[in-house]
Amino acid sequence: MIIDPKKCVACGNCVAICPMGAIHIDPKTNRASVNQDECVECYTCFRGMSTEHLNPTMVRTVRKIGKWFRWRFEPEPDVCPTAAITEQELSWPRIVRRAFSDPVVPHESTGVHGRGTEEVKTNDITNRVGPEEAGFTVEFGRPTIGVRFWQIQEMTTALAQLGIEFEKRNPVTSLMADTATGEIQTDILNEKILSAIVEFKTKFGNVPAVLQRVREVAKTLNTVVAVGVSTRCDEQGENHLEELLISEGFTFNRGKTNLGLGRKG
Amino acid sequence: MTNTLHRYGNEKSLHNDFIVFAIPCRGHNDQGAVPKLKRFLQLARKYKPVNLGDGSHGGIYRPSKELNPTAHWSRASDPDFDTVIEGVSDPTTVAAVFDNIEAVEGFVDELRKEDLGLSINISALIERAQECCEETGLARHSVEYSLGFMGRTDRLADRQVLELSTMCGHGMISFNFARKMIDWVREGRRTPEEACMYFSRFCSCGIFNPTRAREILEEARYGNS
Repeated sequence: MIIDPKKCVACGNCVAICPMGAIHIDPKTNRASVNQDECVECYTCFRGMSTEHLNPTMVRTVRKIGKWFRWRFEPEPDVCPTAAITEQELSWPRIVRRAFSDPVVPHESTGVHGRGTEEVKTNDITNRVGPEEAGFTVEFGRPTIGVRFWQIQEMTTALAQLGIEFEKRNPVTSLMADTATGEIQTDILNEKILSAIVEFKTKFGNVPAVLQRVREVAKTLNTVVAVGVSTRCDEQGENHLEELLISEGFTFNRGKTNLGLGRKG
Repeated sequence: MTNTLHRYGNEKSLHNDFIVFAIPCRGHNDQGAVPKLKRFLQLARKYKPVNLGDGSHGGIYRPSKELNPTAHWSRASDPDFDTVIEGVSDPTTVAAVFDNIEAVEGFVDELRKEDLGLSINISALIERAQECCEETGLARHSVEYSLGFMGRTDRLADRQVLELSTMCGHGMISFNFARKMIDWVREGRRTPEEACMYFSRFCSCGIFNPTRAREILEEARYGNS
């Protein structure tokens, strides 16, 4: 994303909006500027902010007068008054930033919006995760910290050593150079994204080892890792995963419940 | 829609936070899913959701690209349910957000009878979702548990900022903006209701819960931690 210096009036509204904190007012130019290395192309500023189309010269003059009098500005905080935020054409490898950060763009590899995963949400149709199996979603960079692919690779290579099989219909898996080793394509390793999910499943017996490995690797990364674990319930709607997680020292209160109302069309 | 899985908060804060969503399964029932997704949203509307949205176009509160400058004094803040329902154009995830379990139970019961054939999930406290299943005579098919955050949790924001920000799990509500709005409410520069509108417009799939956000902002206003 870029901010057109001819239009920007340095109102500063977009500074707080950016999830990555990648926008600041440049003291030399008195215009908003985007740190391109930190920008993840999430489009939060471009799409989320409302826009007016005011004359920049007029707005700057009014702001200058107000500043001289020490008037406190209280405009709407989610508005760009001159529509200065501008898309830029993205090419490889930078384009993966938008694919993983802008939830409105569906992933080419899966056709799914957001982070491109169906997980257990369609398990009533796919039966991907069966009874006595645990489906993992290991998410990086969430909430609003961000992550680079080389950090994700630290985790995927460590998990691959446990012999787990990565979910094929997953955007991160589609970018792996080798799914057996968990290595990711080298040309995207330094790309920063808002978040990504690594998905795989394992038998209940392997859950403690996987959780242990995830915890160990997470400690070494300069970002946050959010973990979800799922399973299929029996006919009474019960499962054994819950007690297994409690025995591993986890506490939890929130989750997603698939009601089993789906069927193949 | 894992964006709803890791909402931050204790049981009290999350007690009345429910997202019910429908998702077509690619390659299995996504063909011809659009009318069913619209039907899901129409049924949801009867139960007075606090938000409604589709993953491609947004929720009932959306940004405007042609804002009139008078909006700084008087800005439209009415929910637009029709635009959401009519705007579903492709097989995507659609969601309805509720702030009471009675509405969820009524809606889920109607979904059961309607038999759309789409996968329906409730994202909420696990016990509350189970209550809903029992009330409507459904047995849970699958469950996904949120184990929370690991790694550099020292980089996360404080509780109230985190509670507000994680209501858009896609990360469209930044820590800085959540903090700014808390400060503005505390300074009397905006009401909690106005701040909730700002947040809601950034949530690109309509799963933000403005009722819960208002409660968090009210709590923050009086310095409760």
